[in-house]
Amino acid sequence: MTPNTLAQNIVEINNLSFGYKGRMLHQGINMVFPRGKVVAIMGGSGSGKTTLLRLIGGQLKPSKGEARVEGQIVHQQSRDGIYKLRRKMGMLFQQGALFTDLSVYENVAFPMREHTDLPESMIHDLVLMKLNAVGLRGAHKLMPTELSGGMARRVALARAIALDPDIIMYDEPFAGLDPISMGVICDLIRTLNDALGATSIIVSHDVKETFTIADYVYFVANGVVVAEGTPEDLRKSTLPFVHQFVHGEKDGPVPFHYAAGDYAQDLLGFENARQGA
Amino acid sequence: MERTTIDLWVGIFVALGLAALLGLAMKVGNLTTSGIGETYTVTANFENIGGLKPRAPVKSAGVVVGRVSDITFDGTTFEAVVSLNIDKRYAFPKDTFANIYTAGLLGEQYIGLEAGGDEVSLVSGDKIIQTQDAVVLEKMISQFLYNKASESPEEGVAKTDTNSTKEADDALGSNPLDAMTQPAKP
Amino acid sequence: MIRSNILVGLVRILRKIGHNFSDRIWRLGAGARLFGLTLAYSGESFRRFHLTIREVYFTGVMSLIIVLVSAFFVGMVLALQGYYTLQKYGSSEAIGVLVALSLLRELGPVVTALLFAGRAGTAITAEIGLMKATEQLSAMEMMAVSPIARVVAPRFWAGVIAMPILATLFSMVGILGGYLVAVPLIGVDAGAFWSQMQANVDWRFDILNGVIKSLVFGVACTMIALFEGYDAPPTAEGVSRATTRTVVTSSLAVLGLDFALTSFMISM
Repeated sequence: MTPNTLAQNIVEINNLSFGYKGRMLHQGINMVFPRGKVVAIMGGSGSGKTTLLRLIGGQLKPSKGEARVEGQIVHQQSRDGIYKLRRKMGMLFQQGALFTDLSVYENVAFPMREHTDLPESMIHDLVLMKLNAVGLRGAHKLMPTELSGGMARRVALARAIALDPDIIMYDEPFAGLDPISMGVICDLIRTLNDALGATSIIVSHDVKETFTIADYVYFVANGVVVAEGTPEDLRKSTLPFVHQFVHGEKDGPVPFHYAAGDYAQDLLGFENARQGA
Repeated sequence: MERTTIDLWVGIFVALGLAALLGLAMKVGNLTTSGIGETYTVTANFENIGGLKPRAPVKSAGVVVGRVSDITFDGTTFEAVVSLNIDKRYAFPKDTFANIYTAGLLGEQYIGLEAGGDEVSLVSGDKIIQTQDAVVLEKMISQFLYNKASESPEEGVAKTDTNSTKEADDALGSNPLDAMTQPAKP
Repeated sequence: MIRSNILVGLVRILRKIGHNFSDRIWRLGAGARLFGLTLAYSGESFRRFHLTIREVYFTGVMSLIIVLVSAFFVGMVLALQGYYTLQKYGSSEAIGVLVALSLLRELGPVVTALLFAGRAGTAITAEIGLMKATEQLSAMEMMAVSPIARVVAPRFWAGVIAMPILATLFSMVGILGGYLVAVPLIGVDAGAFWSQMQANVDWRFDILNGVIKSLVFGVACTMIALFEGYDAPPTAEGVSRATTRTVVTSSLAVLGLDFALTSFMISM
């Protein structure tokens, strides 16, 4: 790896394979995430998109290949090394994953308290600044249970950026939100990325929102990258899978039916088996 | 909840626990009477200790003055060697008599010390010479039956010296307490 | 045909036994591993001791009411039942000894541990199970904070601290309940009640051994609750099953350990 690419790509995934108990989820995936960009990973449910985030975060070990963050191979790091890398990352979980026993304020203050020795007055100012960035400064006294889904996700976002990370990972940031909240989050991802000078990795299956903010998109299916490019390129793509996904068609390369035996055989087979017994 | 409130409650909780432990030790346990006080150890040999256990109380005039610390078997004399930890505050004469008694009818066994008249006191490592063995119920009953059989019924009644003459007719129905106060010596 | 069916059934049963057995062993190993990790991360969590204090509040202080009320009733029942039996042998003044020894040596530590498993243990399992299900533990890991140091270890030490305190208070209040029944209600002489107790309760062998027992139960109950929560499948059903398992496993562990500890302490 040359210093040039290191400077360019903050995260790289090289020939990575991952699977549990012989069932391979990923087979030789290559991706690059250039500094300062918003890159999206798209694919159907169960295509292992979230797993990729966990591989980058070092929560899972790849079976083959590697994920590199700032040039360092994640799975070869010691626990301290991984923790050091993670301090440069912020992650927004699908359901927010706010600590339910802490208030909104304490949730955002959590990473600061754990990793810095800042005085309370400075933590106070920083927390309110982060909350202000997501528009929820007024809600700092509430408990997570008192928040709506969209608000919870914004608080989680404030927490993810608490330590000004270089990499922000979003796991399905749009799932289960109303259109207004979706627009708000969509906007926030782009503005925060540019304001913090960070790199954003979005895992999503919401085509419309993702395409409006992403600089580059990877399509994952059956454990491999099937297509990649800028949103404009992909919209015009004639690849059957991309076409089906982008336009939300019911049937195509991704079949409506899960792989099954002959339909008539399945229905009759039951009767036959009963008679045999 | 505020951290200070939680701290206060936990403080109360821990203090209550310590107070309870102290209360138990003082009011319920015998921390004040024995256990941590300084002791000296003497031994006593018995031919039969019955059901005496380590930690059994050592009493004198009914007051607990110590505890049995150890029981071993002497392979040369075929006797039980009982070590007694006695409170430093109490000194006993050299010719003190050690008995094994039973508290109540079926209660635990303890050692009773009866002070003698010697001027010299027992010191750590000494041995109590005069001892009396535990009363073994089976032995006592068989002895009683033997005496009964060898003598006429009237004599038997007179010898056991009890008020309950009726029960004495039936050996098994007799009041064992009476027999116990009179350990039948051959 | 029939014979082969029986054979198939037999194989299935054997396979199930084998699976259950290996599953148990695996869980035991995983539990031991979590225990080791908890101890290893304890230093890290002690630097934020207020986290442990907070958990002492939730496991200890919040269990206080149920423990004390139960203790009071257990003590009263002990005195009633004990008196009924003892007076047949004309030794009703030994009621104090009976109440005190039963509470200090057995009922105090054991009943407290059972109540603790039901009150605090289930709460711990459910809380950690839900934290896992809602990805809070994952989020913590991604923030470079070890969930074992931040979540598991403080709860573990809180349980270990709270249990002996609760058990001591249980014995204390139980003896008080026994006193109230025996002396004012039945009319046993107060002097005999206390003096018999003091003559027969040993500070080290009865009181201290009881505290040691409850310390061991505290380790076992809290660790089981933590492990079940940490190991729970991240679903509503998984968490509810884990909570049930906490109560069942803790109760069995407490009773089994009690036997082992008692026989060990008596032989000492």
